[in-house]
Amino acid sequence: MTTTEITRTIDARGMACPGPLMALIGAIRTSQVGDVLEVLSSDEGSKTDIPAWVTKARHELVEVVAGDGYARFVVRKAR
Amino acid sequence: MADETFSLILFSGTDDKLHAASVLAVGAAAMGRPVNVFLQYWALDAFREDRVHKDHGVSPEAGEDGARAVIEQQGAVHWIELFEQAKDIGEVTINACAESMELLGITADDLHPVVDEVWGVARFFMEAGDGATFI
Repeated sequence: MTTTEITRTIDARGMACPGPLMALIGAIRTSQVGDVLEVLSSDEGSKTDIPAWVTKARHELVEVVAGDGYARFVVRKAR
Repeated sequence: MADETFSLILFSGTDDKLHAASVLAVGAAAMGRPVNVFLQYWALDAFREDRVHKDHGVSPEAGEDGARAVIEQQGAVHWIELFEQAKDIGEVTINACAESMELLGITADDLHPVVDEVWGVARFFMEAGDGATFI
């Protein structure tokens, strides 16, 4: 269990690649530095794409948790 | 910056290839790469404003199931939307090949607003850097 407080949840389950990543990018743009966003995605591509983008965009990947048929990515807006 | 640029030449105008191209464009833009898209022939034809949302068919290898899957995919998120998203999040330019414009009798006014300008081939290569991908 995470103790991080989630600012915002993006349920992108059912969206095809690159939908969940686009949803995250859009949400990050309208968030404040320090906000913690969680993305729920059933798209296989998200497993590689969300961590890659978070690294490239220099935010922080707090955790990735595998769920039943989807994964949960917790991202902190770092800048 | 030119060596970081992802250059994409679109020739085919079927929905599957245009969608694959739009996914590459949006991915490159998300990863901070400048994207330089050049539209030729049937791809350019598909970017006519009044034809964007028409059924452009699929590649011959798709088969019936593949064609159905692509139609469903376009209903969810159309490729033109992904090109718009790419432009929204990154440094993306989409330009029409002057020679193809002439061949198909297209004027700049006929094109969807996602298309920036009409370029000759030399201008495309000026922006392309070292490599270009052809779809």
